[in-house]
Amino acid sequence: MSFRIVVLAKQVPDTRNVGKDAMKEDGTINRAVLPAIFNPDDLNALEMALEVKSQIPDATVHVITMGPTRATDIIREAMYRGADGGFLLSDAKFAGSDTLATSYALSKAVEKLNPNLIFCGLQAIDGDTAQVGPQIAEKLHFAQVTYAEEIVGVEPQTMTIKRRLEHGFEIVKAKLPLLVTVHSSAKTCRSRKANLVLKYKYAKAKTEMESVGNQYKKLYEERPYLHIEEWNADAVNANVEHLGLNGSPTKVKKVDNIVLTQKDSKVLSACDNDIEQMMVELIDSKVIGG
Amino acid sequence: MANFFLDNEFLQFHLSHPLMKKIVELKENNYKEAEQYDTAPIDFDDAMDSYAKILEIIGEICGDIIAPNAESVDEEGAHLVNGEVVYAKGTQENHRALTDAGVYGIALPRKYNGLNFSMVPYVMAAEMVARADCGFANIWGLQDCAETIYEFASEELKNKYLPLINKGYTCSMDLTEPDAGSDLQAVQLKAHFDEQNNCWRLNGVKRFITNGDADIKLVLARSEEGTKDARGLSYFLYDRKDKAVTVRRIEHKLGIKGSPTCELVFNNAPAQLVGERRFGLIKYVMTLMNGARLGVAAQSVGLSEAAYRETVKYANEREQYGKKIINFSAIKEMLGNMKAKIDAARSLLYENSRFVDMYKIYETIAKERSLTPEERTEMKLYQKLADAYTPMLKLMSSEYVNQVTYDAIQVHGGTGYMKDFPMERMYRDARITSIYEGTSQLQVVAAIRAVGTGVYLNQMKEYETQSIKPEFESLKNKLIDMRTRYEMICEKAKAVNNAEIYDLIARRLVETAANIIMGHLLLADANKNDMFVDSAHIFIAMADAQNREKENYILSIDETTWEAYKQINR
Repeated sequence: MSFRIVVLAKQVPDTRNVGKDAMKEDGTINRAVLPAIFNPDDLNALEMALEVKSQIPDATVHVITMGPTRATDIIREAMYRGADGGFLLSDAKFAGSDTLATSYALSKAVEKLNPNLIFCGLQAIDGDTAQVGPQIAEKLHFAQVTYAEEIVGVEPQTMTIKRRLEHGFEIVKAKLPLLVTVHSSAKTCRSRKANLVLKYKYAKAKTEMESVGNQYKKLYEERPYLHIEEWNADAVNANVEHLGLNGSPTKVKKVDNIVLTQKDSKVLSACDNDIEQMMVELIDSKVIGG
Repeated sequence: MANFFLDNEFLQFHLSHPLMKKIVELKENNYKEAEQYDTAPIDFDDAMDSYAKILEIIGEICGDIIAPNAESVDEEGAHLVNGEVVYAKGTQENHRALTDAGVYGIALPRKYNGLNFSMVPYVMAAEMVARADCGFANIWGLQDCAETIYEFASEELKNKYLPLINKGYTCSMDLTEPDAGSDLQAVQLKAHFDEQNNCWRLNGVKRFITNGDADIKLVLARSEEGTKDARGLSYFLYDRKDKAVTVRRIEHKLGIKGSPTCELVFNNAPAQLVGERRFGLIKYVMTLMNGARLGVAAQSVGLSEAAYRETVKYANEREQYGKKIINFSAIKEMLGNMKAKIDAARSLLYENSRFVDMYKIYETIAKERSLTPEERTEMKLYQKLADAYTPMLKLMSSEYVNQVTYDAIQVHGGTGYMKDFPMERMYRDARITSIYEGTSQLQVVAAIRAVGTGVYLNQMKEYETQSIKPEFESLKNKLIDMRTRYEMICEKAKAVNNAEIYDLIARRLVETAANIIMGHLLLADANKNDMFVDSAHIFIAMADAQNREKENYILSIDETTWEAYKQINR
């Protein structure tokens, strides 16, 4: 039985270069004006997966993405970089999912592939919650390592992983099956490879094939590796009650734009001298006291 | 986050030239390879889409990796460590990125790990790499050596070495020696056959070898003892794994510092013959040289593009006398001329690339089956055109990049002279282009033949038959007038009856022809796309004025003036 690696990736609006119409009046993201890209941390996750693959004979890497049909873009992008294939998880029933409902749907999809190892980006730039990965690990009863920067060792039943922490790093060992969330400081993803781009450029989900010319339909029939499988809620045996708005306890009441007025920060060490000094400053500036 | 393909509409324009349909169809043997290779296109649209996709990958690496590295590469240069070359850190990174992306060897047939790309997109890749880093463009461009191996080497050598190009094995062409620069007939490096080991052995020194410590070297050497001319020279392949060549020094150069120029000592180095004995210089090097000249032209256009972009940006930011300097006529003149030269050189570059494509494809087909008489005629025509256009292109594009980078610094003023801006690097990098792979003077020697045979004249007349929009009639008429004056000076030149005087005016004759041909190409481009209109106007005005000056000079040279030149000996 081969070693199966799954990468969970998300197509996100590129919030790194936002213009003035990037946010709608209700405070949600206006996806129409922002280009859709491969979530940056997920690219780091893909790279880590491909590196592990290269160290284990017979290992495969498959990408699962949840989203509308056009999210197959990132499955192709992953295949251009060395992934073996991908699955699109798409259903109107997923609409409005918060992290709980998303992790439920994704965990059901992951179950179908029964992987040994799951990689996902630490967080997506459109939500920045960093909750989905850990929630999936919980649901699948997988061990989890978050903030991974580098796979230090690959052993038959364990992985040794370097975690990036705020003021340093730590190296941990975890048993398989395992879910790893990958930090943005991890190795940048390799570039697309010319021959893979040409091989997979017509890889498509079935629903996408309706709009292409007949000559490509024939190619699609002849080459099974061009098929990107699509799963809906039924295909992954998901319970509708846990999906979409039904399954999402998070309700956004209001979004406020907060501008921090103070730009400087000061780091104090936990010693008596520093704390006394801070007290003196705060009293002098009349922040506290009278 | 820059992409040197997507941000350059001009490349996309030239890629969509109507002749591409025929080129690709022939190149892909009517799309039959798709049955055998999953990377082969199934039709024309598919092939063009593949070209664009791969150029997009290269464009991204150029914009995101190679260009940002250019400054540090220029500063660090290559190092010599224990007789071997170690590239600058940025160079290593560039090379690795291109290798990992699998874009080396794209012009090779698929059975050698290539993508069977036509010359046009391959030259575009070279242009983009040069725009990113002119020096690195040599390391990228020397993969041209693979083409010589493909055309002339044995099956055994082809099978062994060609697939390595895609894996990032680098190449060098080892031609020049201390006493054999432009005059390669004087090459002395000795080759003798070693019966015992069934290989050739090379002994001697090579100098000014670009990327001299490459993995695969093509070496010109004297295999026929006692000979003194070109007919005693053969071509050899040396494999770096044999470790029998020492790098004696890396030259300290004015520019292109990332590209190591080496002095090499061959110590009984084992080598294998490429093609047949005695054809080294007369056939193989000449072919390789044509490819290399096309490469230098791409390099020149790419570097010009880089310099122009920096300069326009600067002129839009810099304010003097209360306004942006781009609003001064004197600055506009420089920028307009720079742009016109770049657009003209690029149009000539891709026109010539298509010619090369056409005849090379027929040559390849001829290896599989005999050509029809029509195909043979067409092959001959395109070969003749490529032979005429290549030296003209190399001459003009390399001179232009020198002028363009000169003006680029001028627009920048004192700032451009400082190391803080990339202009001074580009200016230094440009200087070599009109020297290596045949100096401008030698390009004239090659190109003047096409003045004599009328190849250029026929092309001008051919271009004149193309119909254009009414608003361009006056430009066309100007070009026709320029052609009649060109005919007149050609007649005068012929009548001179003094070979030395003819040589003296040769450069101006070639440049006159080049100006008219580039004028026509820009006019045709403007007819198809508005983005060429300004350059067409500026270029043709400039060309007309320059041609009149050249004409005056040519007409004024007589025996007396020539006598005066002859006195120049101290």
